[in-house]
Amino acid sequence: MISLWRMLNSTVGKKYLMALSGAGLFLFASGHMIGNLQLFLGPEALNRYAHFLQSLGEILWVIRLGLLGLIVLHIGSALMLTLENKAARPADYSHGKPPFAASLASRTMLGGGVLVALFVVYHLLHYTVCLKAVNFTGIDFAHLTDPETGHHDVYAMVLYGFSVWYVSLFYIVSVGFLCLHLSHGASAMFQSLGLRSHAWWPVISKGAMIWSVILFLGYSVVPGSVLLGYGRSYLENLEKIQSAASTPAEVTSKEAH
Amino acid sequence: MKVKLKVWRQKDTRSAGEFRLYETPDLNVNMSFLEMLDVVNEQLTLKGEEPIAFDHDCREGICGTCSLVINGKPHGPHRGVATCQTYMRSFQDGDIIIVEPWRARPFPVVKDLVVTRQALDKIMQAGGYISVRTGAAPDANSIPISKENADLAMDAAACIGCGACVAACKNASAMLFTAAKVSQLGLLPQGQPERYRRVKRMVEAMDEAGFGACTVTGSCEAVCPKNISLDFIARLNRDYLVASLKGGAKHG
Ligand code: HEM
Ligand code: FES
Repeated sequence: MISLWRMLNSTVGKKYLMALSGAGLFLFASGHMIGNLQLFLGPEALNRYAHFLQSLGEILWVIRLGLLGLIVLHIGSALMLTLENKAARPADYSHGKPPFAASLASRTMLGGGVLVALFVVYHLLHYTVCLKAVNFTGIDFAHLTDPETGHHDVYAMVLYGFSVWYVSLFYIVSVGFLCLHLSHGASAMFQSLGLRSHAWWPVISKGAMIWSVILFLGYSVVPGSVLLGYGRSYLENLEKIQSAASTPAEVTSKEAH
Repeated sequence: MKVKLKVWRQKDTRSAGEFRLYETPDLNVNMSFLEMLDVVNEQLTLKGEEPIAFDHDCREGICGTCSLVINGKPHGPHRGVATCQTYMRSFQDGDIIIVEPWRARPFPVVKDLVVTRQALDKIMQAGGYISVRTGAAPDANSIPISKENADLAMDAAACIGCGACVAACKNASAMLFTAAKVSQLGLLPQGQPERYRRVKRMVEAMDEAGFGACTVTGSCEAVCPKNISLDFIARLNRDYLVASLKGGAKHG
């Protein structure tokens, strides 16, 4: 126990925490991207998936608290290490160049990470909490229901959500920052845990970059294609059904003319 | 050729430093960078000014005493080359060259471009040794060592302890130095008895001295005059994890 405590107090031990929590978040980010792509399988598939997640009940809360724990560990160790790192170089160089041979991604892990954290907060308010004020459509996302099953119509929610161009743009830019973070982080975690050999390093570091590009494309194709008109007919159809159902009086009066 | 130098001048550890601009006299392009500084210092001495203090000893790339951050890169423009092996032919006539000391909290400036690197000695004292009975030299090849490990240990042992890795790292981390020293002994049979105690003590000494953590930016490897590989940092991370999980006072 004492040995473990000593380990976690060292810079190397905090990197283990950062790498393990980062690995968990990385796996989540990859799974989440694949889940999102079900948008392109149509409303039944996406809404069935969303309903399945909702119906997990307590298990869903275990997963949510687990993710929250990972985020706390990750940001906590990042902040502690950053303070130590800054203290180690009290007087900076005057040559005005970035540290030699350090990639942009590796130099922006903290700043990029903070942007991602802010995005995650917005994203949760937008689609999980369904806070009406942040979706800029005037529609209450929590009360969209699938006309066929009566379950939450996540498909319509996503289509409405991303039809606001600046919301979509914000998502794409933020996911860009996440993928920049991961283009470095996803290979750094192998190094931090000592899971590296001379022969495997090129595979790990190039694999991390390739997977980050795939993540970026997989995430941004959702807002991107909605902006380009994907699913517009579904929303038009939905609005027709809704106006028929909610304002029969108006409809009949129109018909009378 | 002639160049202009923007050099960090600092009277002592406590004083604040500043950059001063110097113009060199006509130089031979085949002078080393340190010989160029010698020429400038001779001029300063003749003028009655204080010469620029800089560290150097062997001037053949093996002792690790020379330092200097030259135009933003520790040890100057080349890969795998120490400052003392850098020549003026690598610069252009009329260049302005910025020369700064290593910058890290554990490396306080002693004077001008000279810093103290005692913090690295502290890391060595914490575990960079093996305990053996002294006596006559053992027979060659009396302990079998695989070729692969012998080569790797030799690569790690190439570290001259100059501290360029610390100087280059955005976190002023000494991980590459410490990893090389941990590995050069940990890879050999003679280093096994103290292997896990060593890595714990050396990491603790490194943290205690105030060096930063590794962000895997790779700056250290890119400036190392001996091309020490980041692979050794992964090896340190692995050994430290095993050491911590093993726990126990006898490894402490
Ligand atoms: C939420 C705010 C976040 C912050 C503030 C943050 C910060 C950081 C920082 C500073 C590092 C570099 C560690 C160092 O300098 O030594 C890092 C590494 C890493 N981050 Fe994040 N990050 C965040 C979010 C994420 C997310 C959402 C993921 C995954 C989806 C992630 C995955 C990783 C990985 C895999 C590493 C590599 C660990 C290592 O170097 O050993 N991070 N993070
Ligand atoms: S002076 Fe000895 S290595 Fe440069």
